Amino acid sequence: MKMTGAQILCEGLTREGVEVIFGFPGGVVLPLYDTLPHYPQLRHVLVRHEQGAAHAADGYARATGKVGVCLATSGPGATNLVTGIANAYLDSSPMVAITGQVARPLIGKDAFQEIDITGITLPITKHNYLVPDAASMARIVKEAFYLARTGRPGPVLIDVPRDVFVEQAEFHYPNQVKLPGYRPTLKGHPEQVKKAAKLLNEAQQPVLLAGRGIIISGACDELRYLAETAQIPVVTTLLGIGCFPESHALSYGMLGMHGMAYANLAINGADVILAIGMRFDDRATGKVAGFAPRAKIIHVDIDPAEIGKNVRVDIPIVGDARTVLKELNKLAAPAQHMDWVRQLDDWRKEHPSTVIRDCEELLPQYVIRQIYEVTQGRATIVTGVGQNQMWSAQHYFYERPNSLISSGGLGTMGFELPAAMGAKIGRPDEPVWCVAGDGGFQMTIQELATIVQEKAAVKIAIINNGYLGMVRQWQELFYGKRYVATPLTCPDFVRIAEAYCISALRVRQKAEVAPAIEQAMADPGPFLIDFMVAPEENVYPMVPPGASLVELVEDPGKAARVAPDSAKLPVSDM
Amino acid sequence: MAPTRHTIVALVEDKPGVLNRVASLFRRRGFNIESIAVGHSELPQLSRMTIVVDGTVTSVEQVRKQLEKVVEMVKVSDITPDDIVARELALVKIKTTSATRGDIIEIVDIFRANIVDVALDSVTVEVTGDEEKVDSLINLLRNFGIKEIARTGRVAMTRGGTAPLAGE
Ligand SMILES: Cc1ncc(C[n+]2csc(CCOP(=O)(O)OP(=O)(O)O)c2C)c(N)n1
Ligand SMILES: [Mg+2]
Repeated sequence: MKMTGAQILCEGLTREGVEVIFGFPGGVVLPLYDTLPHYPQLRHVLVRHEQGAAHAADGYARATGKVGVCLATSGPGATNLVTGIANAYLDSSPMVAITGQVARPLIGKDAFQEIDITGITLPITKHNYLVPDAASMARIVKEAFYLARTGRPGPVLIDVPRDVFVEQAEFHYPNQVKLPGYRPTLKGHPEQVKKAAKLLNEAQQPVLLAGRGIIISGACDELRYLAETAQIPVVTTLLGIGCFPESHALSYGMLGMHGMAYANLAINGADVILAIGMRFDDRATGKVAGFAPRAKIIHVDIDPAEIGKNVRVDIPIVGDARTVLKELNKLAAPAQHMDWVRQLDDWRKEHPSTVIRDCEELLPQYVIRQIYEVTQGRATIVTGVGQNQMWSAQHYFYERPNSLISSGGLGTMGFELPAAMGAKIGRPDEPVWCVAGDGGFQMTIQELATIVQEKAAVKIAIINNGYLGMVRQWQELFYGKRYVATPLTCPDFVRIAEAYCISALRVRQKAEVAPAIEQAMADPGPFLIDFMVAPEENVYPMVPPGASLVELVEDPGKAARVAPDSAKLPVSDM
Repeated sequence: MAPTRHTIVALVEDKPGVLNRVASLFRRRGFNIESIAVGHSELPQLSRMTIVVDGTVTSVEQVRKQLEKVVEMVKVSDITPDDIVARELALVKIKTTSATRGDIIEIVDIFRANIVDVALDSVTVEVTGDEEKVDSLINLLRNFGIKEIARTGRVAMTRGGTAPLAGE
């Protein structure tokens, strides 16, 4: 049957199980928008800025495990997606971004709203396509979704010239993809798995270091089986949070710059580390030369390029986390590791990183903990970037995969609100809390309108410290307290919310916190709480930039040290 | 670890933008491409690239793995440690006078190069060989005055029956 390019695209989307498209229209995508009403199973969510569309698709993807879809027009629409695409790329989020392009005869002529978006997104997509004709559309849509969700997931962009939307072609949706250069390795090499099992079985102080790959591959049960069978402590990355219940006795929380002291000490003391589905990001490892100095490292990842990239690895295993863990579990010997576990528990007692100072002031940590208490740990928390993000990671306790949604690799301020909206649309029956920075919130504040229009009952907690807090913390600690360009004059967020017809409260006192959260939860719609927290509170523990994980600073009274050679070390800045 | 010269060969699907993807990957990872040669391979719809870069063994291995992630990349191999045949072709246009033409022809013969075009005041020489041979011929010809040089960059293969890029 003959169809237009736009129809073929919609047919493909429905066949790929797409239910929601986050988009914003414009000239060249009008033929597609005109086709959408014929596909009522495709819900279109009109964002207020295309960056919101990309983050919403990302949040949706993380909340559901499905491919998130965003759509924008050519030129400025496409470039507005870029930050969100990069964000998805760095955090391995499955996404298909569709952009309109000027008609084929105009390409290369600097036509109105023409931009080379496939060129721009080359290094931030897993793959991208400029659709050459309507006849190629079905194959490209099929491939794009396949690439986005398989192997190491990531964003794929499809750029569609205006005249391809209206061109007619025979519709035939392929059952299979033909990609001779794309064959992700799923099964770990049996010899390597055997070696890994032997090393792990002989270990005295083993640690399981789990990343987002565990969540993506659905290996949480296998991880837990291994941890329990061999009594191995589990430490996670920021994005791995939730892959192992934090209430579990063997859970020692997140490692890294603002990780739990005992998690970092565990890494430092380990003799064998089994790292799975993580990539040794510099925020996680601290100074690489000082990372896990005693440990032999087994690294399991589906992306061969991640293995041996940042830290030396003794046993590399390329494969899918779940598949490899299943094999490994068959060889794992039951063990106790009593002394080691006791040592870690001692460290946990000596360095209680989750204890909140008792004081009059409204501490941001207290706010997060109260959200945890009132939601009984059942909410999905979507964070901004900076202090609010780290406090959310530290002071809420996560039991389920994807219950913390946060911008890890790119650290994108402004992710919080649109991503929370995407998560809520993906999981409408679950409480979704957006924990926002007063700075980051203002970067994508316009999506309040989308939330209202879509009746997405996102609960918003603004951690209002009047500063670009994390940058201020660095200025306090490393730049002689010179607060250049970090104090913020914020609008009255309560009145802002009310102007968008969203109920809102301002909270200044500790006693008001829990009742406000309860009121927000009881409200059927979106709700905003502006928490006026202690302005100069810092995030601890902290591993100063350039220092190794054991050099963490935890006493708020004590100033953090900068390693003397920090400027020369390959640790990226804020 | 000191950087050394590496010869990387790759089979890629013959699709638009592939060269761009490959070249951009080297740029992004901080490599300067010494030469890159692209042409048809023994298989339909697949092109073969030969890329020459300087780098440490680990950094080149990292970039090779990143190249493997290019969706159209069917196979990529660093053949530097192998026993390889490497050739490049150059065209060199040299100023001539009746007095110098004989000397030029003599040098060209010694190098088993060919004269492929002759004009009143110039000759064009075609030479094939490894980089050293091409370099030394060009150096000798410099004395006569070179008008233009065009070099293809290296193409390479392993010696013997093995074919690291051939099918599974
Ligand atoms: C888009 C973007 N710009 C700049 C930064 C650098 N940055 C990191 S944290 C931070 C401060 C964030 O302030 P706020 O949103 O108020 O959060 P807080 O740290 O105060 O909780 C900044 C500016 C960033 N991560 N993202
Ligand atoms: Mg702030």
